[in-house]
Amino acid sequence: MKYAPVLFGLLALLVWEAAVRISGVPSYLVPGPVAIIAAFLADPSGLLISLASTLLVTFAALLMAAVLGVTLAVGIASSRLLAAAIQPWAVVLQVTPIVAIAPLIILWVGNPFASLVVCATIVAFFPVLANTAAGLASAPPELADLFRLYGAGRIASLRLLRLPAAVPFFLAGLRISGGLALVGAVVAEFVAGSGGFASGLAYRILEAGYRLQIPRMFAALVLLSLAGIAINFGLGALASAIMRHRGDG
Amino acid sequence: MSLDIGAGDFVALLGPSGCGKSTLLRLIAGLDKPDSGRLTWDPGHAPKPGDIGFVFQDATLLPWASAADNVFLPLRLRGAPRDRAMPEVQATLHRVGLDGFADARPRQLSGGMRMRVSIARALVTRPRLLLMDEPFAALDEFTRHRLQEDLLSLWRDLRCTVVFVTHSIYEASFLARRIVLMTPRPGRIDHQIASPLKPGPEARLAPAYATLVAQVTCEMQRSLAV
Repeated sequence: MKYAPVLFGLLALLVWEAAVRISGVPSYLVPGPVAIIAAFLADPSGLLISLASTLLVTFAALLMAAVLGVTLAVGIASSRLLAAAIQPWAVVLQVTPIVAIAPLIILWVGNPFASLVVCATIVAFFPVLANTAAGLASAPPELADLFRLYGAGRIASLRLLRLPAAVPFFLAGLRISGGLALVGAVVAEFVAGSGGFASGLAYRILEAGYRLQIPRMFAALVLLSLAGIAINFGLGALASAIMRHRGDG
Repeated sequence: MSLDIGAGDFVALLGPSGCGKSTLLRLIAGLDKPDSGRLTWDPGHAPKPGDIGFVFQDATLLPWASAADNVFLPLRLRGAPRDRAMPEVQATLHRVGLDGFADARPRQLSGGMRMRVSIARALVTRPRLLLMDEPFAALDEFTRHRLQEDLLSLWRDLRCTVVFVTHSIYEASFLARRIVLMTPRPGRIDHQIASPLKPGPEARLAPAYATLVAQVTCEMQRSLAV
């Protein structure tokens, strides 16, 4: 059972390679796995440096999303006025397609790296915000009563009850945000890349597309998808390690 | 309704669901404010935080904190430093029979042990008044009997006042010095019965206990019939 996904993947690759070879479809239309690996090996450092650049944007954005999401969630949880003021705007940011606002952001922010991070943060911060806000409200009412009985103030309740109760929710949100940060980084790179900013895997994909280097394009895609899988599993492992350490997960 | 509770008493509030037992307990704790009516304390005895311990039906422990840290919580909320409070925390855990479980997380403990932690948390501030809201209702019968007996000996040792909400006639009869019968819709106090029992584990087998249970059952049926 454990190896089922791997075996299925290998089988699919074999069928793919066989289909490409038997049908004789040219590699600039559909390259086979072998051609893709060859394209990667032809210029590994170029693709890996771009991957590093994309990951740098992704992690910077994830960090920003975590800080921003938790800060806003604490604001929402501690004041009805703030909640009423913030929530609609968070939704507006969440539902506005990033492709549509990315050119504006790139224009306004100026610094290419910073504008990529801003775009990816906008895409990524909502799950952290929504989950953490739900987590802050998740402590059982009896415990809130208990804190009241002992005269605990809002800061003490936040620090000793509501924030710790929100941790599992935050970690679940962070895992979703990790994937979204990568998506946001790539989308922003596409927009910036078509404006001539050469960095990141999205730019490599654009460039390979212009030059009809389809195997190289696929190699970049594979790297992106591997990065997404690694981020997802990494954040999942981080979450279970933290919950194990706390002893309630 | 009108109810006086003297220092050192063990009062059971007994009645079916919806008769306002828990509400009354929350009013005493100051967790709710009365819509009308008054709650007064003897002069100079108005409670400060820590004077009242509260035990809920569920243990309501912090799931991420060890038993010791859960018991430490009330002291921590009063600003006590951890190392200074730990001897008191350990002593309280010892009192409720949880030696050696200081580092256990709530999920590693049984339902009865979690309730013991919860009681220790309520006792750690040395409260003058202990309020308990059906604390043993979710436990199995054997665990419940053990905890009832241990609660009685804690009450005798600590000389605090206990107000104990329950819907079990047996529990009220076994534990309380005074049983307050409450009836629902509208919630009111129907009757009060003083217990003739000598409190202790032997009481469960005493003929007087059976008589008391019968008397309380009879009163309850009468009050619910009207």
